[in-house]
Amino acid sequence: MSDNGHTQSGVLYGMAIDLDKCTGCMACSVACQAENNISFRPDESNKLRSITWMEVYYLDNGAEHPDYRFSYLPRPCMHCNAPHHSPCTFVCPVNATVRDEATGIVGHIYPRCIGCRYCMVACPYHARDFNWWDPAWPEPMEQMLSPKVSTRMRGVVEKCSFCSHRLNAARSKAYLDGLEMSEVTYTPACVEACPSQAIAFGNLLDEHSEVARLAKSERAFRLLSKLNTEPKVYYLSRHPWLHNLANASL
Amino acid sequence: MKEEKRSTSGRTMLGGLFFIAGLIVALIVGWVVFPKVLYSQKTQPMNFSHAAHEDSACEDCHYFLPDGSYSGTPGIENCRQCHEEPMTDSEQERILVEEYIQKDREIPWLVYGWQPDNVYFSHAPHQAAELECVQCHRDVTADEEKLPILYENRWTGYSKSTMKMVECEKCHAERGASNACQTCHK
Repeated sequence: MSDNGHTQSGVLYGMAIDLDKCTGCMACSVACQAENNISFRPDESNKLRSITWMEVYYLDNGAEHPDYRFSYLPRPCMHCNAPHHSPCTFVCPVNATVRDEATGIVGHIYPRCIGCRYCMVACPYHARDFNWWDPAWPEPMEQMLSPKVSTRMRGVVEKCSFCSHRLNAARSKAYLDGLEMSEVTYTPACVEACPSQAIAFGNLLDEHSEVARLAKSERAFRLLSKLNTEPKVYYLSRHPWLHNLANASL
Repeated sequence: MKEEKRSTSGRTMLGGLFFIAGLIVALIVGWVVFPKVLYSQKTQPMNFSHAAHEDSACEDCHYFLPDGSYSGTPGIENCRQCHEEPMTDSEQERILVEEYIQKDREIPWLVYGWQPDNVYFSHAPHQAAELECVQCHRDVTADEEKLPILYENRWTGYSKSTMKMVECEKCHAERGASNACQTCHK
């Protein structure tokens, strides 16, 4: 363990989302939905009841024309890197959600979750959703589910996993090819889908990775950094109003 | 006085006998009858003799794919390479050729270690850690003529030989492998 409560490891996966490049097309959100077998309701209008791992927010600066500015903000799980615990892992009474210190990924194991929803309350980013119903898909879609991600059941919480199943697949290949595990890179579904390549993903501890370079950029900021949750998702924008909004009062 | 005492000890003896008889019955039910009732015995759709295939290497049918995943249960494409036409008079081979290969149907093999849907398992890291196949799988090199019976738990639907999470965790802990949730769960 180091001073900040983390086990030393050469890997810390993180993400950088360039809001100046984001067009709000929501391809990341759709790709995430398909990749992770996220079910949907016939009526998705009530966002307190629907499930979205990659939510896309519409933000504006609140000014009148001609000073009006807006931006889209895709929001996955931040996989908070705060010392010892993320807000959600700190409150989970059954260890269903745990941060893996060797990769930085905050996982959530559905059969272990008791559905108490403490983690949803603790998460300052609203990154977690609750399964109010058993998942259901219209007739042919059940045949199209990905076998790489298990479906959830009624009564459990779910959230973005940084596509950890893709990491497992990439590591399997690396074992066959005889690579070091710290060299393994992979691409989550949202990153792959983004047509304007606004999302970068990789190892934050690798100085040569794009995500590490972007995280140190002058344009970089994090959501609610004043809470010291240390999100591993960085945003980039040249607009000061967005920087201010990211740390505005709750 | 003496008589009364004798009769009390007689009653105790009788009680003890009933207790021991009841215990034996309970043990037989718990150790012999219940496990028999709990597990149904399932046989494979056809027999496969590992002993009859000793001229081939294991890797001819059990191999890694280039993306790092494992070939899994061999499909009929593996069988077809040799058994397009029957090679012997064997009844099982006739079933293979006529029922499956010629009809282009996969054999619905029962899997002895089928895991629940939320489990992720990859053979590649285990091979890299130099584990022997027989540490988890039965030894088929010892002249196995007949596929074993699959014992299916009537209650849970799992096979009796499905590996439990505690076994995975124990070996991971002993070897210093990661026990993080998403290492084995998806």
